[in-house]
Amino acid sequence: METAFASCFPLRAARSHEVFGPGATAFAMFSAASAAGEVLWISEKWRSEQIFPPGFRRFTDPERILLVRTAGQADSLMVAEESLRSGAAPLVIAELSRPLSLTTGRRLQLAAKAGESTLLSIIPEGMGSNAAETRWYCAPLFAPGDSTLQRWQLIKNKSGTSGMWDIGWDAEARRVIVVSKAGQRPDSQDAAD
Amino acid sequence: MWFPRLASDRILRTQPTDAPFALTLRQDNTDRLYCLNARAGEQGLHRGMAYADARAFCPALQSRPADPSADLRFQHALARWASRYCPWVGLEGTDGLVLNVSGSAHLFGGEAAMLTDMRRRLNRMGLSVRTGLAGTRGAAWALARFDGGTAEPDRILERIGGLPVAALRLEKQAVTALQRLGIRHVADLASLPRASVTRRFGPDVILRLDQALGEQPEEISPLPIRPNFGVRMTLPEPVGLKADVMAGAARLLDQLCTRLRQQEMGAWILCLTLHRVDRNSRKIEVRLARPLRDPARLLPLFERGVDQMDAGFGIDGLRLEATQVETLPAQQIGRASVARNERLDDLVTRIGNRIGLENIQRFLPAESHIPERSYLIAPAAYSEADGSWGTLRPRPVRLFPPEPIDGTASRPPREFRWRRMLLTTGHTRGPERIAPEWWLDDSNWRSGLRDYWQVDTRQGRRLWLFHTPQNPGWFVQGEFA
Repeated sequence: METAFASCFPLRAARSHEVFGPGATAFAMFSAASAAGEVLWISEKWRSEQIFPPGFRRFTDPERILLVRTAGQADSLMVAEESLRSGAAPLVIAELSRPLSLTTGRRLQLAAKAGESTLLSIIPEGMGSNAAETRWYCAPLFAPGDSTLQRWQLIKNKSGTSGMWDIGWDAEARRVIVVSKAGQRPDSQDAAD
Repeated sequence: MWFPRLASDRILRTQPTDAPFALTLRQDNTDRLYCLNARAGEQGLHRGMAYADARAFCPALQSRPADPSADLRFQHALARWASRYCPWVGLEGTDGLVLNVSGSAHLFGGEAAMLTDMRRRLNRMGLSVRTGLAGTRGAAWALARFDGGTAEPDRILERIGGLPVAALRLEKQAVTALQRLGIRHVADLASLPRASVTRRFGPDVILRLDQALGEQPEEISPLPIRPNFGVRMTLPEPVGLKADVMAGAARLLDQLCTRLRQQEMGAWILCLTLHRVDRNSRKIEVRLARPLRDPARLLPLFERGVDQMDAGFGIDGLRLEATQVETLPAQQIGRASVARNERLDDLVTRIGNRIGLENIQRFLPAESHIPERSYLIAPAAYSEADGSWGTLRPRPVRLFPPEPIDGTASRPPREFRWRRMLLTTGHTRGPERIAPEWWLDDSNWRSGLRDYWQVDTRQGRRLWLFHTPQNPGWFVQGEFA
């Protein structure tokens, strides 16, 4: 049985999700666009690579995003847990740099459940925790006419099977559109490498 | 009330000495005597004398540098003390206070008893004081400085008539000029024709005379009452349990918030001081994301601080103070969005107390074509969201410091290596030229103009490249979604 895209995106609320790959920022931005209310973006101070408001305003309003700069991963996790538990922001996005242990992941998941808000962690490849509800691998896809095409692979899903989709961005409606199911396109073999 | 030796009395209160004592102040490159005690005055020293001369006259002279700003604070403190006699207390020059005691003298058993009480209390504090009481401010000033005593309202001129003209608060030149003409006493001046006095000395002399005699009104401007947002509690027995301390803090918070509500103020920074039995004290400071005066929301913020505190042998005193306040007018309640925002503010406060409020930021638009300066980052607690982002050309989602790649041609390279990846250019859009802002010297823009290109690589990644034609080179600065 195949999982329908609509059943796993927008991300299931009150759960912890993980994303990695070169398109992770875009995935986070698309999720922020589909969430209601304020979004907390937690990232570490030392990162020179920053999200750039004139760029992401195509996807979501910059005034909805609160940026939290932390001193390190321990602080990031503390802030994430605290904000999830309070439930004041429906979506919390945390950029992590080190592996998550199962305990930490489970703790975040419990906090998300307690506060009814969603956590999306942007993790380095292979450093996720098994407590996450879903894990995605995202990469931009080259297409001559379209400059937002992405390939999203759902590689872990606690309540369903995995899947793979090609995604575009509808700028007028500000929402994600499924261009086609990957695997049905003629060039899917060389693009999926 | 006149304090003839306010500055030196302030010092001598804490360090009494029998020796001649003086305060020195540096004026025009010389140390001069600023204030001296009675012993020093007996030795023939006077104010304004050079310190070196004073040392020659009186080798035993002890001295300290003067601190006029501390004297001013002391004068303010005295004004606060004097409000025990009447609410209408103002400063008079740098060494006096003026009180409007009409209507409150009977509370102290009449005017004479009140003056005696004032003098007794101030002398016990170690201050020398001279008082004057009269129906007008000018006459009271004259009496305090030159005579000491009381003047009945309808006999002011009789009482101050015998005092020298300097008692009228005149300029020094006017006093000298009057004395030269043989007008030595107030009564002499009052008997002169008014028109000729005004012609000769200007309107000031007559004005001062009228003010002293009560023909011209003169107001006392009382010091503003600065509301004090501090409450304290002393416990009969020391406590050590967290729950007890929190219960005490809850009571203090209730009192403080009531006071804040009366003044329509909200607290930015709260400071809870816990006094321990061993006379140590611990401070817990809470910084808020928004000014607040709601005890139910404030109390949980102290929990973490109280938790981490070492109670030692017990805590027997608590003091809570709002060290920074801001006006917070009463607001309409009941809208759902208000409740939502409050939850977020509470969250920002809680996080901010652990990692610093300035680390929670929001984006604000800025007027600049330079990508790095097209937005501002401001602490979320001290700024409001602003939604006027102008429509701009496509910009990357992520921006990073420029990373050089190979190539010098004016078109994007067909193949390039970036972050150890070999990328092939598939589709390009550009160039978009951005010139540096010449009015700002930005070291990153020393290489001159930039031609920005959007490059879609065949590997998928969509990058923001720029070429610097004046200093040929290629750089990657951002990545699109």
